[in-house]
Amino acid sequence: MRYLPKSPAERQEMLAAIGAKSIDELFKSIPEKFRLRDPLALPGPLSESEIIQYFKARADENARGYTSFLGAGVYSHLRSVVADAIIQRGEFLTSYTPYQAEFAQGTLTAIFEFQTLMCQLTGQEVANASMYDGSTALTEAVLMAERLTDRDYVLVARSVHPEYRQVLHTYAKNLGLKVEEIGFTPSGQIDRAALTPEKLSRAAAIVVQSPNFFGVLEDLPALAQAAHASGALLVDTITEAVSLGIVRPPAEADIVAMEGQALGIPPSYGGPYVGVIATREKFVRQMPGRLAGETKDAEGNRGFVLTLATREQHIRREKATSNICTNEALYALAATIHLCLIGKEGIREQALQNLAKARFAQTELEKIPGVRRTFSGRTFNEFTVEFPRSVKLINHELLKEKIVGPYSLGMYYPQLTKNAVVCVTETTSRAEIERFAAAVRKILEKPL
Amino acid sequence: MYPADYRYTKQHEWVKVDGEVGIVGITHYAQQELGDVVFVDMPKPGTKIKLGTSFGTVESVKAVSEIFSPVSGEILETNGLLSDAPEKINADPHVTAWLIKVKLDDPKEAASLMDAVAYQSYVEAAAKDH
Repeated sequence: MRYLPKSPAERQEMLAAIGAKSIDELFKSIPEKFRLRDPLALPGPLSESEIIQYFKARADENARGYTSFLGAGVYSHLRSVVADAIIQRGEFLTSYTPYQAEFAQGTLTAIFEFQTLMCQLTGQEVANASMYDGSTALTEAVLMAERLTDRDYVLVARSVHPEYRQVLHTYAKNLGLKVEEIGFTPSGQIDRAALTPEKLSRAAAIVVQSPNFFGVLEDLPALAQAAHASGALLVDTITEAVSLGIVRPPAEADIVAMEGQALGIPPSYGGPYVGVIATREKFVRQMPGRLAGETKDAEGNRGFVLTLATREQHIRREKATSNICTNEALYALAATIHLCLIGKEGIREQALQNLAKARFAQTELEKIPGVRRTFSGRTFNEFTVEFPRSVKLINHELLKEKIVGPYSLGMYYPQLTKNAVVCVTETTSRAEIERFAAAVRKILEKPL
Repeated sequence: MYPADYRYTKQHEWVKVDGEVGIVGITHYAQQELGDVVFVDMPKPGTKIKLGTSFGTVESVKAVSEIFSPVSGEILETNGLLSDAPEKINADPHVTAWLIKVKLDDPKEAASLMDAVAYQSYVEAAAKDH
């Protein structure tokens, strides 16, 4: 797509064609007081070399040479240059989700492979061509549950990522959807006792995250059973997709909403990332977004189509299943390439390394006087610890040692200000974990 | 082609009134225009519907079409046959592939709709416009 600016002569020509003398006349229906008369308060233009300098300076602000123990929804994992090389091919880099779909067999093949991989990872029957990110995927999953059950009330665990819950609340506010948050137990899991039969009988879904924001795995089979007994669905969200290399797939959930960033996409400030929705085949018509399907052409050759497009906004307008049909085709492709490179054994090995290193870090931290695990539930590569001091203070000191400290829970959980979620992936060496534990010990030994 | 004891709407639905119950479906003309029907979405029994308002959808390979109710009342039953075999709408739209049975608020309401003769000439005119 090319962007060509208009010349003054062309503007005049266009105005003449619709019978307006000037731009002012064109906009005369807009009341005077709403018209912008002053120029926008923006800095002046920069030359090419100034722009390059500006962005180099911004790039230098990146925390190179730091060791990070920060997860909480975004994860540092090893990734191959192969994915970058392939997604930068012109055929992929410039293509948006196809509207003239069947013309783009290569893109459709890639989407179909992505969907297949997402089904294999999540244990679900169908997955779509991807969503914006994990948080919007979760909200769409909840809206899907609302349509499927005809109930306008959902029970959401407070152990779901706080920002995912904020996105859900934003959508719910003007849709008449009632969201009730459910607390957690000393295990770090959703408080099942608060899921009363009365609440469940009105609920469209129980919404949990597993591993949850505290790093703890939820008991999905039990939650599914409780939901289904009352005609509700179970929605499971996953922020750390690598966990699926070792954790049992959430096959009991009715809808899985996942962030795919961990699958070969580098952490970056604000994304873009890639969301995943997967569900049971019988719910496919209520699933938002695009779906590539396999078929045969008139000569019997294998080919791909966009299927069930009749649900979508370019055909159904305001009656569409969802108006968030745009996907993240390029990053879905990156995740597909990444998964194909490392394979089934690779992701299992990666997950095992995460688990082992997180266990090691946990053991090292627990040796420090006053540091203890907050929750008793089982974890993957993140776990919550309680410190004898405010986490903010500790993290401030750690930064001086070139260590990005764990995620402080105080902002979203005021009762947990001394608690933090520690994340350890395969990218962190044993020596760095030991350096981290030693630094924490030193900070805590210093008098306040 | 169009049963004489049914009534018809301009959006190509039919209703057969039997005492206080109305049976509702889409016409032969509608199924022909839609093409191969692949999915039918109907509300649950107990849902109240109103003359002229949409109560469900019929999806073909080409499009999803709203179905407008030819009567007002409460849905008693939806046709279970169509969840497994939506293509019956193409094969037998006037008899076995009915969509819903409705407990009518007013059995006389349907009298305002077209009869078979009027509908026949209505679709002939529509076909000519094509």
